[in-house]
Amino acid sequence: MSWFFAALAAIGRPVTRGLGTLGRLAIFGGEALSHMLRPPFYFKEILQSLLSVGYFSLPVVGMTAIFTGGALALQIYSGGARFNAEAVVPQIVAIGMVRELGPVLVGLMIAARVTSSIAAEIATMKVTEQIDALVTLSTHPMKYLTVPRVLAGLIMVPLLVGIGDIIGILGGYVVGTKSLGFNPAAYLQNTVNFIEARDVISSLIKGAAFGFIATLLGCYHGIHTGRGAQGVGRATKSAVESAAILILAANFLLTSILFSL
Amino acid sequence: MIELKHVHKAFGSNKVLRGVNLTIESGTSMVVIGGSGTGKSICLKSILGLVSPDSGTITLDGKDVTNVRRSERDSFLARFGMLFQGGALFDSLPVWQNVAFRLLRGSLKRPKDEARTIAIEKLRRVGLKKEVADLFPAELSGGMQKRVGLARAIAAEPEIIFFDEPTTGLDPIMSGVINDLIREIVVEMGATAMTITHDMTSVRAIADNVAMLHDGVIQWTGPVAKMDESGDPYLEQFIHGSAEGPIESVR
Ligand SMILES: Nc1ncnc2c1ncn2[C@@H]1O[C@H](COP(=O)(O)OP(=O)(O)O)[C@@H](O)[C@H]1O
Ligand SMILES: [Mg+2]
Repeated sequence: MSWFFAALAAIGRPVTRGLGTLGRLAIFGGEALSHMLRPPFYFKEILQSLLSVGYFSLPVVGMTAIFTGGALALQIYSGGARFNAEAVVPQIVAIGMVRELGPVLVGLMIAARVTSSIAAEIATMKVTEQIDALVTLSTHPMKYLTVPRVLAGLIMVPLLVGIGDIIGILGGYVVGTKSLGFNPAAYLQNTVNFIEARDVISSLIKGAAFGFIATLLGCYHGIHTGRGAQGVGRATKSAVESAAILILAANFLLTSILFSL
Repeated sequence: MIELKHVHKAFGSNKVLRGVNLTIESGTSMVVIGGSGTGKSICLKSILGLVSPDSGTITLDGKDVTNVRRSERDSFLARFGMLFQGGALFDSLPVWQNVAFRLLRGSLKRPKDEARTIAIEKLRRVGLKKEVADLFPAELSGGMQKRVGLARAIAAEPEIIFFDEPTTGLDPIMSGVINDLIREIVVEMGATAMTITHDMTSVRAIADNVAMLHDGVIQWTGPVAKMDESGDPYLEQFIHGSAEGPIESVR
């Protein structure tokens, strides 16, 4: 019997550890949100974060979306041909991009690009005592480091998702009209007629949630880094890993909530 | 007056502080010496609340600092300046904004021009030219970074200043300049200073009182003038830098 309990323990240990981390993360997130509402506000840092999270992510988001939209159009065309439904390409590309692929892919790209750089930067600040120095200079690290980044995630990632949605549809449009023989005007007409407001709103809500997760996990793992260069490496890895998984889990949760309403 | 009583701090099984008792009178200069890794930096950090001791009390002017209320934390920290052992400069900000950090935000905020002027003046006092002001910390040598850290610690003219190894990594002449500066800050500004150093020349130049930390406790403390006839074997070994004595040289 002892092997049975040993096996249970082996499964249970990481689960309880994971739940503990999730609890600490929730407290950290709540703290970040509450600091967001209370002065002082560091406008220069907020502006800088808006730029680095939002504006400088545009190329990556654009590339991801346009190739995905194009590939999606090709797949749906060849898949649809099996039951004479090639004509649904514009509609399925639109709904696939807006409801699912736009937010998820942008979220994952943000985790790769933004979460990693936030985690590495804050972890390095921690191991070189810059966080301690901030505290002694009467500046709350939560307000100075975490709030600007998380705020930028909440504001900019939905915008990026919206832009990604549009560029993805554009990718489908280019492939559809240039190589699949769709009529340009009809393609656009079909797309616009098919998309509903709630598709777009759910897309943006997912964007805000993923932006929050990506930036928060970067800050959390950065602040709680171990010592030395090895600590920074581990913090960065954990941040990206956990942000990607939480984004995918949140996507499932949000999808089931948003479309059951 | 800063008072540490029976302060203990361990990291896992590593018992770093094992009952530190130390008093620093206001307006005096205390120098803490001791081998590396004995917990000198941890001592300073406990006073600032960056590290919380496992037990014992630390008081500033009779008030316990280990549980300062959040609302009072800013005004508590505003009384301190700290030079970190590694400099701890913010590498995203140019040198002058590092020095003037406190003057650019929060309760001590003032116009940008004024903050910059003060920063350049403080840089001059630590022997750095005006041109350094617009460089980034990563563009400076280790010794220059240290001096920028020193300028930042004194920029807002705090009443209590902690210097963690201020002259480590500096050439002898620059060390002399920094020693004089620290002495000046105590004498002219009436500040309370606590300095960590390994350099016996610095000790004699800076200290009113000396304390030696070894094995987690203060082995000896007293006025610098009495240091040479202390009769304490640990202190004597440290002063003379000899390999023979009660302090094991292999750690
Ligand atoms: N954050 C930390 N986590 C674990 N151990 C630490 C930490 N900070 C310091 N230590 C340990 O405490 C001891 C004293 O460190 P420190 O005060 O920096 O020594 P020093 O006297 O050279 O300034 C060292 O053994 C160091 O490894
Ligand atoms: Mg030290």
